[in-house]
Amino acid sequence: MRIKFEVNGTKVELDVEPRVSLADCLRDTLRLTGTHLGCEHGVCGACTVIVDGAAVRACLMLAVQAHGEHIVTVEGLSNDDALSPLQASFRKHHALQCGFCTPGMITTAHALLTEEPDADAERVREVLSGNICRCTGYIPIIKAVLEARAHYAGEDAPP
Amino acid sequence: MKFPAFEYARPTSLDAALGLLKVHGGDAVLLAGGQSLMPLLAFRLAAPGLLVDLKDVPGLGAIGIDAEGVRLGAFVRWCEIDRNARLAAAHPLLVEAIGHVAHYQIRNRGTVGGSLAYADPAAEMPGIAVTCDGEIIVMGGAGERRVAAADFFLGALTTCLEPGEIITGLRLPAWPKDRRWAFLEFARRRGDFALAGTALYYDLDSEGRAVDAHIGVIGAADRPMRLAEAERAINGSAVDADSIAAAAEAASLEVDPMEDFHAPVAYRRALVQTLVARALTRAAG
Repeated sequence: MRIKFEVNGTKVELDVEPRVSLADCLRDTLRLTGTHLGCEHGVCGACTVIVDGAAVRACLMLAVQAHGEHIVTVEGLSNDDALSPLQASFRKHHALQCGFCTPGMITTAHALLTEEPDADAERVREVLSGNICRCTGYIPIIKAVLEARAHYAGEDAPP
Repeated sequence: MKFPAFEYARPTSLDAALGLLKVHGGDAVLLAGGQSLMPLLAFRLAAPGLLVDLKDVPGLGAIGIDAEGVRLGAFVRWCEIDRNARLAAAHPLLVEAIGHVAHYQIRNRGTVGGSLAYADPAAEMPGIAVTCDGEIIVMGGAGERRVAAADFFLGALTTCLEPGEIITGLRLPAWPKDRRWAFLEFARRRGDFALAGTALYYDLDSEGRAVDAHIGVIGAADRPMRLAEAERAINGSAVDADSIAAAAEAASLEVDPMEDFHAPVAYRRALVQTLVARALTRAAG
């Protein structure tokens, strides 16, 4: 099936089988392998991408459902080697160890703070409860997200 | 790639969607948010020949509030219920319960109609529909029919929907301003399916006695259910420690929990008793 959508600001047009998930399409066809696949049935949150501003699980969405949408993956959140403020905060707080869950944590937190730059610790915990991390124990992740809030509230907020 | 092979259609009218269902019969499955259907496909518990995506069907995404009550279109997503400032006043029990549905990312996709059609016994939306005398609006080849939520859910993951029918919305009767209510559920992790939960409300007569009590439970039987004995224990009484204890005990005896690896039957009965007591105490407070 022929579909068109925009990913990280670039228009793409491709043929996909209807049964291909958005996550598989991003990784295998578009080679955007920053989106990780953990459980592939909507439990772990590693594959979270941003579809028209909303964080969604790319394993629970078909590529054909993305037709006409604007998708942002973790690759779309930073420029080359420069870390975004959120990524820098993750680094500072040691909010990752193996890094497998990190793309999903970053995309989820980015979508949250873009919409709710004043999210408190309880809200951040509630939102990230949909993302499983087996290394960190979550505490450094929460700290990193809370500290990054300032960059989403001011005039230098990312688009 | 985990999903079985299927065809995909995105009709742009309800008639076109109904037409596809008519041609393909039970081989076609409707797709709204996909947050229940995609896991089913990933586990290959379902293998439909055609997915009919309702995204471009107009008129399914509206939230209506009027003197009759609340109407939720089938394509209303959970995040839209969160964001609707008027709903919290028009139906506080609905908004509180829906706040417990799943996790952030799933709340951005999952829909009212999808949850009703999937009919998980522990899901909040079917529980609210049954507790609050909801009516499910269904469109089929022969036109529209309205089904009382109490008659809609037949068992776990089973509804009275016919293969050629589409849920278009849910209607909940108007909510009096002074109504007493509470929603409580218990899950091991916030956002997971509850081991059990309760939604309840009652009104007060001029003497301060409860009337028209509605006590519903989820995760406590093969479908959401109201508890007639527990309601009887409250109706006509002041909602105090004695009537709350009587209602909670009646509730624990009245439910018909399933045994699974999450919790044994006795645990779920005890949980219902605790949750109903706490919810009534909260409602009375």
